[in-house]
Amino acid sequence: MSAHYILRKLVQAILTIVAIVALNFVLFRMMPGSPERATKNPHLTPEFIAAERAKWGLDKPLFPDQLVAFAISTAQGDLGYSIKYRGQPVVEVVADAAGPTVLLIGIGEAIAIVVGLWLGARSGWRRGGVMDRIGNSLSLIFYSMPYFVIGMPLIIIFAAGLGWFPTSGMTTPGGDKGPAEALFDLGRHLVLPVTAVALGLIGAYSILMRSSIVETRSEDYITTARAKGLPDALVLRSHAFPNALLPMVTLIAINLGYVVAGAITAEIVFNWPGLGLLTVQALDARDYPLLQAIFLLIAVSVVFANFAADIVYGYLDPRVRA
Amino acid sequence: MTGVREPGAVSATRGRRQVPLPRLADPAAPLLVVEDLAVRFSLPSGSVKAVDGVSFRLDDGEALGIAGESGCGKTTTALSLVRLLPANGRIRSGSVKLFGIDLVPKTEKQLARYRWREISIVFQGAMNALNPVRRVGDQIAEPIEVRLGRSRDASRKRAAELLDLVGIPGQRASAYPHELSGGMRQRAMIAMALACDPAIVIGDEPTTALDVMVQAQILQLLERLRRELGLSLILITHDLSVIAETCDRVMVMYAGKVAEEGPVTRVFTAPRHPYTQKLLSSFPNIHADRRTLDVIPGQPPDLRNPPPGCRFAARCPFVMDVCREVVPPEVTFGDGVRVACHLYPGRDAAGPPPRVVGATRTCDAASSTDPAP
Repeated sequence: MSAHYILRKLVQAILTIVAIVALNFVLFRMMPGSPERATKNPHLTPEFIAAERAKWGLDKPLFPDQLVAFAISTAQGDLGYSIKYRGQPVVEVVADAAGPTVLLIGIGEAIAIVVGLWLGARSGWRRGGVMDRIGNSLSLIFYSMPYFVIGMPLIIIFAAGLGWFPTSGMTTPGGDKGPAEALFDLGRHLVLPVTAVALGLIGAYSILMRSSIVETRSEDYITTARAKGLPDALVLRSHAFPNALLPMVTLIAINLGYVVAGAITAEIVFNWPGLGLLTVQALDARDYPLLQAIFLLIAVSVVFANFAADIVYGYLDPRVRA
Repeated sequence: MTGVREPGAVSATRGRRQVPLPRLADPAAPLLVVEDLAVRFSLPSGSVKAVDGVSFRLDDGEALGIAGESGCGKTTTALSLVRLLPANGRIRSGSVKLFGIDLVPKTEKQLARYRWREISIVFQGAMNALNPVRRVGDQIAEPIEVRLGRSRDASRKRAAELLDLVGIPGQRASAYPHELSGGMRQRAMIAMALACDPAIVIGDEPTTALDVMVQAQILQLLERLRRELGLSLILITHDLSVIAETCDRVMVMYAGKVAEEGPVTRVFTAPRHPYTQKLLSSFPNIHADRRTLDVIPGQPPDLRNPPPGCRFAARCPFVMDVCREVVPPEVTFGDGVRVACHLYPGRDAAGPPPRVVGATRTCDAASSTDPAP
């Protein structure tokens, strides 16, 4: 893979982020409501409100003052102070919530990619077989269900009913726990939300991978591989799978944005202290700086996921490396 | 080039073979004997009798051309030898005997032994026949490693040698298919077909997607490999000049049946079946007035429901009442030509072919490729 290819993709990624920063600024200023109205306190005096607006820089014109200030501090990594969290730096608030989300989505994605691609490849390779009929129906069901619909029965059966797993949260409060015990506790809390996220994603990925394999299966080079007398499993593994994977790389990267957005519902159902929950709280409080930071983080991670996809794609497909 | 195979080629070819014959092989049996092969495709609208009662034979070191219009069952016949038909295709009856071993009753697993090691295929349009994401050398080395059990290094080395053999520098083994030209890809495909030193190489329209200059190069390559390696070839093409240049014998197929089969020199100079005559006269001849180019009116019959008699009856200029009712039996002539046509009743039939409009030009076309008219 040429350095030129990587550089070109990197420049594209950075330009996209610059555009996102500008859009991010405009978007939230266009929303109705304002921070002082969101406090819903009828006893605030106009003088106090004016003083607060001056303190947060909201009295200055949006353009150029607020935008320039915003762009400069964003570039410096200073995303301002949260309004809801009483002046705590936004970066800290977001960082605290990012960990749990990365954990939840990361494990869910990893499981879904492995299981979903495997399931889809198997189903598509033997289209109409038992595996395909069962797997494809289940995939469709999970694909069409939002995470909270998958999550609720999981909680009702495995947490409330059988009591195998905790109903919500990330840790059991109180008590001194050793590192091993703490890890086990975290694991127990992870099982249900990860299952909910992974099931939905497995549905999506296996359906897409299935159609990709079905399409690949009728390619001439698959006939060539069969004509070579290679074992069926080898034809699938080393000829059909690598080619069917190509469209999947892009799909998974694009999907990442929706996953973070979709995880909002999963986090609410499981009361998971991640970015999703934080987003809802910030929206509720019209916490502009916090919202901007969350949106920026999501946008940047999607851009970088796509950048990573381009690199992986270039690695998998020699035709795009030029 | 159209000369008949020299005697002695038979033993030389089998003697040249580097890899052992299949365990069940009868060393005295002919290389390939196909008898009464019938292939059907099941479609929602009915069952298509794509190949119906096709018989032919291929001897060591021989090149057989299969000619005919699109959809006449050429490719289906060839692919059914190692059962590479699409999922809806089935061999209904007949036998495919390779070294005397019938491949038709073999299970998929047993048949895998014969694929590529005994019968390999050069597919048409090598762009799609090669895996786009794998290096050409690796794709050539793969059957050597997997099928012959050689080490990875030995397989790669052999792949580079094979590339050299077909005129591609060995170091191009690390190229991907899209980095090669169409002609180079076809050469690489040929190298791949030779990987396991197979008994038979099938060329399925190997020159169709190439421009004329490259076509000539590929044909020369096949010709050279045949001479050097004593390859036994089955060449499927609708380009009759390719068969005239490369093959010893030609089998003309029409609507899933053999119309005429015999030595190229005989069939092309004195075609007996009206379809062969029409086919040859519809082929452009560089020496003739292009306004005289003949066409065969009408279309091949619907193979879901073929006519009861001769399948060419509806388009045949010599059609008789019997043609519409009775399937013509195959008649073998003294010069080794086999014809299925009611114009030649009875066994051991002899006599000149009937004169047809356009058939005179046919003789011109054939003689232009034959040094001794």
